[in-house]
Amino acid sequence: MRVAVTTFLLAMAVGIPAWGATEDESRWRDLRDSLFGDREIHEESGVVSLEAPYRAHDAAVVPITFEAAFPQSDERYVKTITLIVDENPLPMAGQFHFTEASGWAAISTRIRVNAYTHVRAVAETNDGELHMAKRYVKAAGGCSAPAGKDPEAALASLGKMKLRRSGPVLWGEPNSAQLLVSHPNHTGMQMDQVTRHYVLAYFVDSIEVRYGDQPVLAIESNFSLSENPAVRFHYVPKEPGELSVRVTDSDGDVFARAWSVPTSVAKAPGEGEASPVSPVQ
Amino acid sequence: MSQGIARAVTGSAGLLAPAALFWLAAIGAALGPSPAGAAEAVQLKPVAQGIYVYTGPHADASGSNLGAVGNVAIVVGGESVALIDSGGSLAFGLQLRAALEEITDLPVSHVINTHVHPDHLLGNAAFASPTVEIVGHRRLGPALAARATFYLEAGARNIGPEFAGTEAIGPTLEVADSIHINLGGRVLKVTAHATAHTDNDLTVYDRRTRTLFAGDLVFIERLPVVDGSLKGWLAVMDELRAVPAVRVVPGHGPASARWPAALHAQERYLQAVLRDVRIEIAAGGTIENAIGWVASEERTKWARFAEDHPRNVTASFTELEWE
Repeated sequence: MRVAVTTFLLAMAVGIPAWGATEDESRWRDLRDSLFGDREIHEESGVVSLEAPYRAHDAAVVPITFEAAFPQSDERYVKTITLIVDENPLPMAGQFHFTEASGWAAISTRIRVNAYTHVRAVAETNDGELHMAKRYVKAAGGCSAPAGKDPEAALASLGKMKLRRSGPVLWGEPNSAQLLVSHPNHTGMQMDQVTRHYVLAYFVDSIEVRYGDQPVLAIESNFSLSENPAVRFHYVPKEPGELSVRVTDSDGDVFARAWSVPTSVAKAPGEGEASPVSPVQ
Repeated sequence: MSQGIARAVTGSAGLLAPAALFWLAAIGAALGPSPAGAAEAVQLKPVAQGIYVYTGPHADASGSNLGAVGNVAIVVGGESVALIDSGGSLAFGLQLRAALEEITDLPVSHVINTHVHPDHLLGNAAFASPTVEIVGHRRLGPALAARATFYLEAGARNIGPEFAGTEAIGPTLEVADSIHINLGGRVLKVTAHATAHTDNDLTVYDRRTRTLFAGDLVFIERLPVVDGSLKGWLAVMDELRAVPAVRVVPGHGPASARWPAALHAQERYLQAVLRDVRIEIAAGGTIENAIGWVASEERTKWARFAEDHPRNVTASFTELEWE
């Protein structure tokens, strides 16, 4: 976690981009040095793929998918994918750590895009190699755009989670699930015109998914994810058990919930209620 | 704003005398460089006794429309005038004021903003004074505070030099439920609604002429935009249907239309989005896929479908996936 925070700060030090920056690689060269040093990064090498719209309909909700492009095995698998949005105020949008219990390093989520930019997925395989896929996305204003449509409703549902699954459980194979977390994920880039102060950034900074005792997925992220973060991932259930999720945010609040597999009965108290376990601080 | 200019900007007459064109050019010069067509007269069309409506074009905010792409209404009472929305810039607000002064000598006592969107309230500055109440939903102030910087930057970019001097002026009178405004022998009922088009929608009802001013809770011709809650909007439409109006002044579309028949097209579209997005979600689908097919039979029935429909699907998907 400390490492992630440090890399975020390094990324921030690169500076705030100009509106509508051009399709160039200059920012990436700085980011690359701060995030990966002089390690070689293989491009379009068939290890990782990235899908993103060339022109986004809503810069605050840009759907993206990145995934390992080869079958995962114990011998060769993707252990981490770093998502980078060159021209965002925090270019490092998130790090996604996978395990044997993930089955497949594959994520679909929605991000904010603040200026025309390259979006990059840099995958690290278990042998320490780095591979990158990139797409250019035309969208602007996704971070500085006004926050949520209904702030009162957002506050009322803070921390609620939902797990969407479909079809029967495939034992011993990768199963797809989508986690929804109700959280404003404020960027802190909206100025309150009355107070002349910027609204404080307030966002989900980590998501951990486990199946039983096994870690499935660990995400370190920030407000680059859209309001109400949505993450589609895979997990491998070998026997009936419990999929559990623990979310922390930038205020130090913790939200947790678990779902039985194969049934979908919620284990957290209350029907779909927020269940803050304990503030960290 | 001199009386000369005020007279030049005619009301519903539609034709301009050469002198008027001169004065319009003078307005343009006073406000800075003017793109072609920027200084056309604000046309106020009478739709019922003492009610006049400006109809905004189905376009993006630009220098040629001064950001006034939504409808604006004025209601003339026995002692004062209420303005319902104010257009998208100070420049438009000043032209509107001139057109209004051509119709009546009575003072404006209330500017009622139906919601936070810039095409409905960025003309407020032309009317702001200690004797004018600016009326809004109780959530309008916070919504505007959060969005003003964004709106002012976008206005300067899209409208250009004509946007100079525009300010985001919030409500001085907040409505939590409903209030009555007396214009002198004419009482308007102002009602705050639950989250629908936005989280701060107001409607105004004039009992004398049975006219409902719906703001953007009713779109006609131009595709409705979901910036609040799809399900909330459908619920509010059910409430509005019970209003015993004979006509509605919509936020976008013609100056007036028959009530409640005017709701039909919007309800058909929003119900189609609700139905289809639910199907996509139930199938485990995605926003991208939903944009490709949801409510596609509506494509030819609306202005600005291509521009605004994908965002409506996105907003609806992220709302309905929590059901």
